[in-house]
Amino acid sequence: MSALDSVGSDEARTLDISLGPQHPSTHGVFRMNVTLEGETVVKLKPVFGYLHRNHEKIAEKNSWLAAMPYTDRLDYICPITNNWAYAFAVEKLAGIEVAERAEYLRVIVGELTRLQNHAAFLGFVLGDMGAWGSALMYAFREREKILDLFESLTGARMMCNYMRFGGCRCDLPPGWIEAALKVVDYFPAFLDEMEALLTGNEILLARLQGVAPLGAARAINGGMSGPVLRASGVDYDIRKVDGYGIYNRFKFRVPRGEVGDCYDRFMLRVIEARESVGILKQAIAGLPGGPIVNPKAKQRGFRPPAGEAYGRIESPKGELGFYLISDGSDRPYRFRIRPPSLINLTLLEELCIGTKIADVMIILGTVDIVLGEVDR
Amino acid sequence: MITDVLEKIHSRFPGVRVELVNNPGPSAQHSLLVDAKDARAVAGFLRDELHFDFASNVSGVDWPPRKIKEAVVRKETVDGVEKEVKETVEHDVPGCLEAVYHLYSVARKCGPITLRMRTGDRDKNVTLPSLTPVWKSADFQEREVFDLFGIRFEGHPDLRRLLMWEEYADHPMRKDFVAPDDFEYEPTPHDEILKRVKARAATTGEGA
Repeated sequence: MSALDSVGSDEARTLDISLGPQHPSTHGVFRMNVTLEGETVVKLKPVFGYLHRNHEKIAEKNSWLAAMPYTDRLDYICPITNNWAYAFAVEKLAGIEVAERAEYLRVIVGELTRLQNHAAFLGFVLGDMGAWGSALMYAFREREKILDLFESLTGARMMCNYMRFGGCRCDLPPGWIEAALKVVDYFPAFLDEMEALLTGNEILLARLQGVAPLGAARAINGGMSGPVLRASGVDYDIRKVDGYGIYNRFKFRVPRGEVGDCYDRFMLRVIEARESVGILKQAIAGLPGGPIVNPKAKQRGFRPPAGEAYGRIESPKGELGFYLISDGSDRPYRFRIRPPSLINLTLLEELCIGTKIADVMIILGTVDIVLGEVDR
Repeated sequence: MITDVLEKIHSRFPGVRVELVNNPGPSAQHSLLVDAKDARAVAGFLRDELHFDFASNVSGVDWPPRKIKEAVVRKETVDGVEKEVKETVEHDVPGCLEAVYHLYSVARKCGPITLRMRTGDRDKNVTLPSLTPVWKSADFQEREVFDLFGIRFEGHPDLRRLLMWEEYADHPMRKDFVAPDDFEYEPTPHDEILKRVKARAATTGEGA
């Protein structure tokens, strides 16, 4: 190799660096202990826990409803799907029916959440790649419109606290549907703009294509879920498989990647967002009247019967599940969150070994994590 | 579905003890309780032959020892007359830690199958076999269960704490965990001096 061979031992030729926890591309306080040989990664150990506040313990000390606003803080980019997953698991646990109008409202706000998550994702990944600032601003321009919709509906841009057991917290304000339709109708144009600017870009292709491919069998065994799993060519979307809520009433396709490299993971979000636009149009067209919450469902002083339930939904990041055990009291006996952000990092070391250090950030970026959910 | 799976496990492993744990709630997600020593073989069978290839969720559950009160009716003969006497009997239920796995099948698009393993007690016999060699997705989650509940997973490739720091001694998700007054307390040189001041105040009666 080089003159270095004769000088040092193996340890002398490798370099240990600590990436993070304060690093703009780790999307929060995430740290990786990386061992490099030249520029090539030979070992990578993620370090977690910088944002750990033991969410599960706090939820077990509070009432069932009090955990609802707290789930907003899990994946704070998409709070509404977190609410939905928790409400869904509780409804399973207690056998609560959801009001018809609320099911549609859930799909509408849930898919809007997916749109804004994927828009933000495009901006973040391009930032990781060095297109710092401009792409993120384009993406956030679009995300902001959806957050405005959330604000006028729930009173909060990010900490929405929108779901209740058996329904939703509040009905639509006047003019909301028209405003939402305007945003939804414009969204494909934003994706076209993003694609015209970026996805054919030579530098982007060079940085993404062929980087860290992930095979289907390995992705399944490693517990990957959501866009990361589908980018590896697995046809598995919980909206289709479980058909939870009313998703089996809508027509949409499940996009899949071919090789599972960074480019597939990137493009999959673009295509998935286009499908979400289709779902949104169908849901808005079919929105019925009626109550927004099941009048029989109790919120305060809620005591589900003893038992347990695991409920999961397709959140924008992957499979978000809640495993709840009730002992019949007013507090959860066990409150467990299945965090897609954490479990999608299981194969991070495998994906990164053999790549260049500069690619690590892109691989991490295309997995799409939020640390509020990783560390809980 | 779970009864089919149970039957298949029984016919494949005749000597292995697998019980159906009934879930009384409306979700009716019943689970399979597997003996720890056979869990790896059963898990391999579930993955390879029944195609439960996706271990979605691994959680720990803490069951502290508790007493169950039960009403018992006993027949007693008093002065030649048979009477029914009602009594409440207290049973001690020993505590244990539980690892719960929710399995799905991506190939057959079905699930979940809930698989449970129980430790012998909560202090000394807290070892369970790791299922990470079967499903890689259990890797971080078993580390988390080890961290927060204190179940030791034998055969795990890298069993370290996940969320708490290495030097931390306790397991915060256990039911009997007492939170400290100050989470960031570290002994400082002043502690020694304050202790001396307190000791002197106790002997002289001066205010410390």
